[in-house]
Amino acid sequence: MSALAVEELTKSFGKHVVLRGVDLEVAEHEVVALIGASGSGKSTLLRCINLLEAIDKGRIFLADREITRARDVNAVRRRIGIVFQSFNLFPHMNVMRNVTLAPRDVLGLSKAESEARATELLERFGLADKRLEYPDRLSGGQQQRVAIVRALAMQPELMLLDEVTSALDPELVAEVLQVIGELAQGGMTMVLATHEMSFARDIANRVCFLDEGRILEVGPPEEIFTRPKEPRTQQFLERIIKARRL
Amino acid sequence: MVNSLRSGGDGRRSVAIALLSTVVFFVVVAVAITHAPGWPEVRSQFFDWGQFKATFPEVARAFLLNVKIFSIAEVLILVFALFLAVLRSLPGPVFFPLRALAIVYADLFRGIPTILVIAMLGFGAPALGVSWVPKSVIFWGIVSLVLIYSAYVSEVYRAGIDSIHPSQQAAARSLGLSHGQTLRRVILPQAVRRVIPPLLNDFIGLQKDTALVGTLGAIEAFQQSQIDTNATFNFTAYLSAAVLFVAITIPLARFTDWLVLRDRRRRVAGGTA
Repeated sequence: MSALAVEELTKSFGKHVVLRGVDLEVAEHEVVALIGASGSGKSTLLRCINLLEAIDKGRIFLADREITRARDVNAVRRRIGIVFQSFNLFPHMNVMRNVTLAPRDVLGLSKAESEARATELLERFGLADKRLEYPDRLSGGQQQRVAIVRALAMQPELMLLDEVTSALDPELVAEVLQVIGELAQGGMTMVLATHEMSFARDIANRVCFLDEGRILEVGPPEEIFTRPKEPRTQQFLERIIKARRL
Repeated sequence: MVNSLRSGGDGRRSVAIALLSTVVFFVVVAVAITHAPGWPEVRSQFFDWGQFKATFPEVARAFLLNVKIFSIAEVLILVFALFLAVLRSLPGPVFFPLRALAIVYADLFRGIPTILVIAMLGFGAPALGVSWVPKSVIFWGIVSLVLIYSAYVSEVYRAGIDSIHPSQQAAARSLGLSHGQTLRRVILPQAVRRVIPPLLNDFIGLQKDTALVGTLGAIEAFQQSQIDTNATFNFTAYLSAAVLFVAITIPLARFTDWLVLRDRRRRVAGGTA
């Protein structure tokens, strides 16, 4: 059974075609990394999977059930967690409220149940002492960890991570990557768009190289990073190496 | 505003400078006015202490009607304007008629002078002679103010809603919250906080415009002061009314500033607010 399958996905914004027929299958407990230059369509792909963007053509399956034209998009979204580059915590709510909002309003959990669930997650990721703080008072790394906890509190079957470390100061990247590493070890199915190549190499079961709206090359990380077949992949990785990011 | 009042920054010395320049400014203005050629005449017509003492209690009693009118109107406006703003934010082609209706409404009631709406409804509606239509001019005065100010306040709300970054919407929807839940839990609480100052601005306008209900014959502060003025040929009663209006609006403005400041302090680490 596949956790996620995408077939022939096409998406354009006006005349600008962002995705031109993307095929992707993700097995349960698998971690797939999407790499590629800015504008190659990584973020758009993730937003399409979460139904945040209406797609033009193609089909999307979640746990072998088609969700492409789901009648109840909210029912689909509660099964998929997404974490954004810019955290997007709710600034008018403290950490606890950020995390418990959706479990209470969407899943109908009681205050006590949702807070117990949130407390457990916050403790697991070293944020227990921040539960009553407002997002403005947290560091970027802490905010992003809270955003991950907020998504996990819905107990999603799939996590989408959209360049979750790109907006962080370099010294704060490690703490967030560590959290994601723990999730992978725990067997969470994940699709992550990332610029952190060494991290992708360590954590991903498979790496997809996106180029101009297509998945140009897929394979295990050691293959993609050491013996890329496509010239475009080679060029991209050479640029990354020159920039000392690999 | 509290911020800008204090924006000199440098402790006791800047307070002293601010105090001094304020005193100098008002002394200059006072001297200029009291040395104008018509001043003795103006003083006896507008600033007659005896008249002030005589008219103030009556005008103050009448002012209670203004307070009643704007208190009721403000509550209704907050609710009705929010409803209009939410109508306008509904997504998708299905809701186009509702969005269009809200836009037409805002255009119309911002376009007609307040006094015309009050006159048309205040004189027109009771004249229909339908038994279940209220005859009270105060009722129709309140209805008119609610209709007009809801058009303004709905625009204020809408600006607040539009000012919330789309990523907040994306975050809420991605967690499975519906459009309504997103609006209620995430967008509106942030939007309303942001628009408190312009909202209050509109309410100050509303509180002053309650005087227009007097044109229908309701004895509110302006109407009462006009009665006094006509009886004594002295305009000091207007001053009584003016003092009463200012006594309500200025504390309200300061209170709002305080609310905004408190909210900012609570959310942002100390000092930078």
